[in-house]
Amino acid sequence: MKFLKLLFRNRLAALGAVVLGLILLIVLITPLLPLQDPDVTNTSNRFLTPFSEGHLLGTDHLGRDLLSRLLYGTRVSLAVGIFAALIAGTIGSAIGIVAGYFGGRTDNVIMRGVDMLMAFPYILLALAIVAALGPGLFNALIAVAAVNIPFFARNIRGVTVSLAGREFIDAARLSGMGHTRIILTELLPNVLSTIVIAMSTTVGWMILETAGLSFLGLGSQPPQADLGSMLGEARAQLITDPHTSIIPGIMIFLIVMSINLLGDGVRDALDPRLRSGALTRPRAQTMVEREGPVPADDGKGLLNLQALSTQFHVGGRVYKAVNDVSLHVKPGECLGVIGESGSGKSVTALSVMGLVPSPPGVVTSGAVRYEGDDLLDMPFEKLRQRRGDKVAYIFQDPLSTLHPLYRVGDQLKEAISVHHKVPDKELEQRAIDLLRSVRIPNAADRIRNYPHEMSGGMRQRVGIAMALANDPDVIIADEPTTALDVTVQAQILSLLDDLRREHGLAIIFITHDFGVVAQLCDRVAVMYGGKIVEEGTTTDILDHPAHPYTKRLMACVPELGAGKRELAAIPGLPPIVSDLPPGCAFAPRCDKATEACRQGEIALEGGRHAVRCIHPEEEVA
Amino acid sequence: MSVALKVENLAKTFAISGGLFRGQKAGVRAVRPMSFGVETGETLGIVGESGCGKSTLARMLVGLLEPTEGTIEIEGKALDNADPKAFGRLIQYMFQDPVSSLNPRKTIKQIMEAPLKRLHGMNRAERDKRIAEIFDSVNLRSEFLERYPHEFSGGQAQRIGVARALAAAPRIIILDEPVSALDVSVQAQVLNLLRRLKDEFNLTYLFISHDLAVVEAVSDRIVVLYFGAVVEIGKAEEVFSNPKHPYTKLLADSAPVVGRPLKAPEQKDSELPDPLNPPPGCAFATRCPRATDICRESDPALERVGGDQFAACFHPLED
Repeated sequence: MKFLKLLFRNRLAALGAVVLGLILLIVLITPLLPLQDPDVTNTSNRFLTPFSEGHLLGTDHLGRDLLSRLLYGTRVSLAVGIFAALIAGTIGSAIGIVAGYFGGRTDNVIMRGVDMLMAFPYILLALAIVAALGPGLFNALIAVAAVNIPFFARNIRGVTVSLAGREFIDAARLSGMGHTRIILTELLPNVLSTIVIAMSTTVGWMILETAGLSFLGLGSQPPQADLGSMLGEARAQLITDPHTSIIPGIMIFLIVMSINLLGDGVRDALDPRLRSGALTRPRAQTMVEREGPVPADDGKGLLNLQALSTQFHVGGRVYKAVNDVSLHVKPGECLGVIGESGSGKSVTALSVMGLVPSPPGVVTSGAVRYEGDDLLDMPFEKLRQRRGDKVAYIFQDPLSTLHPLYRVGDQLKEAISVHHKVPDKELEQRAIDLLRSVRIPNAADRIRNYPHEMSGGMRQRVGIAMALANDPDVIIADEPTTALDVTVQAQILSLLDDLRREHGLAIIFITHDFGVVAQLCDRVAVMYGGKIVEEGTTTDILDHPAHPYTKRLMACVPELGAGKRELAAIPGLPPIVSDLPPGCAFAPRCDKATEACRQGEIALEGGRHAVRCIHPEEEVA
Repeated sequence: MSVALKVENLAKTFAISGGLFRGQKAGVRAVRPMSFGVETGETLGIVGESGCGKSTLARMLVGLLEPTEGTIEIEGKALDNADPKAFGRLIQYMFQDPVSSLNPRKTIKQIMEAPLKRLHGMNRAERDKRIAEIFDSVNLRSEFLERYPHEFSGGQAQRIGVARALAAAPRIIILDEPVSALDVSVQAQVLNLLRRLKDEFNLTYLFISHDLAVVEAVSDRIVVLYFGAVVEIGKAEEVFSNPKHPYTKLLADSAPVVGRPLKAPEQKDSELPDPLNPPPGCAFATRCPRATDICRESDPALERVGGDQFAACFHPLED
């Protein structure tokens, strides 16, 4: 149902579906229609024009009724096209799956064979096959199917290769399944949609190719009509009696056009990327639709988030990713934001510079003040100038944030020259200095490296160098060491710590790791279900956690040096932010929860150490 | 105590083909010859950083990769051909990514039935009974059976992964980073479940992880890998608190610990050696603060360094 809705949102695809549906309906009921015999000749009535008496579309060079021949011919052409697509699809997909699944030598031999087939020009190969088998509709069908096998084989092999490396295939082998069973029950259901898409987009071509062979007299044999042979027979009278060729020509055009429009629509509707909205280009800046009044500037810190709320509107559902979050950070200070997946910590970070993709993201309340200016209210050009210049980001995966095709030096230079006009010579030196400042050895050589030539730790250093390129005042680091090995993590953390002390940087450090927070941060905010549940200095939080969630989360973290032991766990799952319970989001998992916890908003209370809880573990000051 | 798994000189070299006309040239030694044993009921932790060969080792142990040399013995029986079916009944593998290890187009029931049908040839009634028992043990509700993998959270999917591994009724389960994709609060749920199941089904675990604290919390003994070779083996409570190999010490010092001041631990270089062209001698020598000439010339053997601890080092750390 959802598929049809998506399909018909595409107007052209809907048009194709309607036209094709009509044609199919007519050819299906053709034998029932009161038509004249398509093969009866009547030379006295040759070349009657359309709308003649008894012959709605006129007659051809032998006086046969054109309407009747057209409908019967379309039947034949469609049947041949569809069968050819089915045959090519089945054989080609089988070859592709086998090649992709077994890989190695099997793959090599099969695919080189397929390449050889592809080396022949299309129509030449078809002609050769028909020449060998003799003319005839069935042989034309075989020829058309054969020349299309490579297309399917290559397509399906590509999809299979990426699936064959997935873990569920390994799991199936460990479950004792043989190769045949894995191919049929594990791989095939996953490539089926690709096969269907490929078929729907190629049927049109197959019909054209069959028509081409028939046009040359190698397909259907007289007196049987198909669209190609009708064209071929009418060729000689193209000037004197154009209707005999125009009529089958229009039919071919309609069929191929409608199939291609529909096929494109099917492909787009089935493409998972399109379905999740990835191909809709997000705006350059997050949408801001603030419902309440903008909070007045309270002058806290260098970067100050006031009562920020960010939501995602997907379908009819509202995901409240960030709810009423207030945070600030002062120069030289490191603020840790800690939380599990889905707690809203990353969305909070992205909201600062309007980087939450919109649609579906919307900022619904609050303000983000940088030196007193509200970033949410800023025109895009002014915001863009501040991105990377005043507030810079470091992301989790440096491999996906660095462009794979440019040298890291060039990417660094670009990051600088976007914001500042610097002569080329100086630019190069600045890039080298930056790499040196993040302790990359042989910086002068390294700027010529591509990202893939560096190790994960080196790439993350480049990511940090990039963030430092314009001497920002604030760095927002979103799990910058999660993807790194522990020995490299230690180096990156101590580098960040040195940088903030040397440059007076303000850092917002987003993480799920208490050990990292303890070592790096001055203050900590704990997030759960899109809200800050506790905030305070690192020592306050770690030594005297007041919120039951903080306390129990810390108990879950195994610490090195304590030996083999039972670990504490929190039963249940984190809440889904589209369906938050009223009251405290942690109440369903909390053993201290009472009725009062499940009713109404609970305020974040306290001074330097604040907690959002009715039954805190410790009194806060 | 009987030996559940014994590995002798197990090694894997991946051939790098030199192109169409040159045939095979060099090889990458992902796992260099290593030997160790695991006793029945024991949990052996395996730690190491990316590129140390821990996943290659695991895939050899379950028969997904054929070893280049060496033997694998399970309960005294040699398994020398890589036939997943022969391995499947004795040793199972639990995958790191809970979601991608479940076929998106199959219901949980279909996934659970495969090992019962293929490995044990059970009929429908037996299968239903066994699945119900296993689901009960891993705290999953039976109505989950008709659902598809994408409907589950990471923690639930990982429990389904455990259930599937248990369905094969193996003697040994290899847990490859079983909790690294999970949130901290859920991670402990899965770890405690694994501990309970081990006693319930009398299992032996090989627990692979990069998280030192997690490995220490669940293991009896720990193997430390570096660049495809064992550098240290010892009791879990000893290895990180009293490391003998400088690399183990570097690992232990690098882990972020509450209350320890932030400081990059001592090392000269953070790069691994080039796997295509490894230097002679100890692979850690370029990063090691204690390295001398002998370290750069010959490969140290794994030797007893007191008690039950073994280290491959010419200059092991003193107490």
